Amino acid sequence: MKAAIITFPGSNCDRDLAVAFEKAGAQVVRVWHKDTELPQGTDVVGVPGGFSFGDYLRCGAIAAQSPIARAVRDFAHKGGYVLGICNGFQILTETGLLPGALLRNVGLTYVCKTVELRVETTDSAFTSGYGRGQVIRIPIAHHDGNYNIDEDGLKLLRDQDRIAFTYVDNPNGSVADIAGVLSENRRVLGMMPHPERMCEPVHGGTDGSVLFRSLIGMMALG
Amino acid sequence: MTARIKARVHVMLKDGVLDPQGEAVRHALGTLGFSGVQSVRQGKVIELELDADGPDQARDEVKAMCEKLLANTVIEKYDIEIL
Repeated sequence: MKAAIITFPGSNCDRDLAVAFEKAGAQVVRVWHKDTELPQGTDVVGVPGGFSFGDYLRCGAIAAQSPIARAVRDFAHKGGYVLGICNGFQILTETGLLPGALLRNVGLTYVCKTVELRVETTDSAFTSGYGRGQVIRIPIAHHDGNYNIDEDGLKLLRDQDRIAFTYVDNPNGSVADIAGVLSENRRVLGMMPHPERMCEPVHGGTDGSVLFRSLIGMMALG
Repeated sequence: MTARIKARVHVMLKDGVLDPQGEAVRHALGTLGFSGVQSVRQGKVIELELDADGPDQARDEVKAMCEKLLANTVIEKYDIEIL
């Protein structure tokens, strides 16, 4: 299994994400934002957290126009797996691969703490290792994590069972407590919390490693 | 005939999208004694200079820029002024 981890100027979770994929058994290839193609044989793309291009204009807006973003869009349209975390989630909404947008937190403050998430669906390669309704502990660290989507969009997400995670105690004002959403083909996941920061006992827990292991395991099954 | 044209783009959150920053500014104004302020919406102004064949072409081009990059039309609306 080959995971391509993208680095933009200002990404700061790219290495952590690479380690999480490696520990789950993937071969990791690091990719630069100016690259125009993903490595041959890429099975999954990781779009990491951070502050790509200094969050100028809007979080993720400039990164979504970078050369590699076009390659990621093509990859996803062909059915490739993509995981966007934090700024990576913002980038995926800006590319149009995921619906909605991330706004400034309602409290206006940067929130950095471990929160409880509820697993809303197990029907995806990312979440099949959890139980439906299971509560897991994953850290968040963001200023613009307030997920916004219109009523029709929210209804569609609900009808298609595409809400992956919700916050038990909403930290940022997100519509319907949403912490992560899936694409229609269930192969693109965007989430504000950082599962890569909860993968080893020294992190204070391993709830995040389940996501990477189940993803790599499901892909191995084809 | 190509001319250098100035344009100004106003980007605002769409009506109905909660604006936490505007709300904070409204609250601060209330604290300062401006008790009559009912609503504050905060947006962005982007000024551009571009070479185009007249104002109509400039407007078309800036509109394309807004759709592609300057605004996120999922949550934002924009308004173009050719100066």
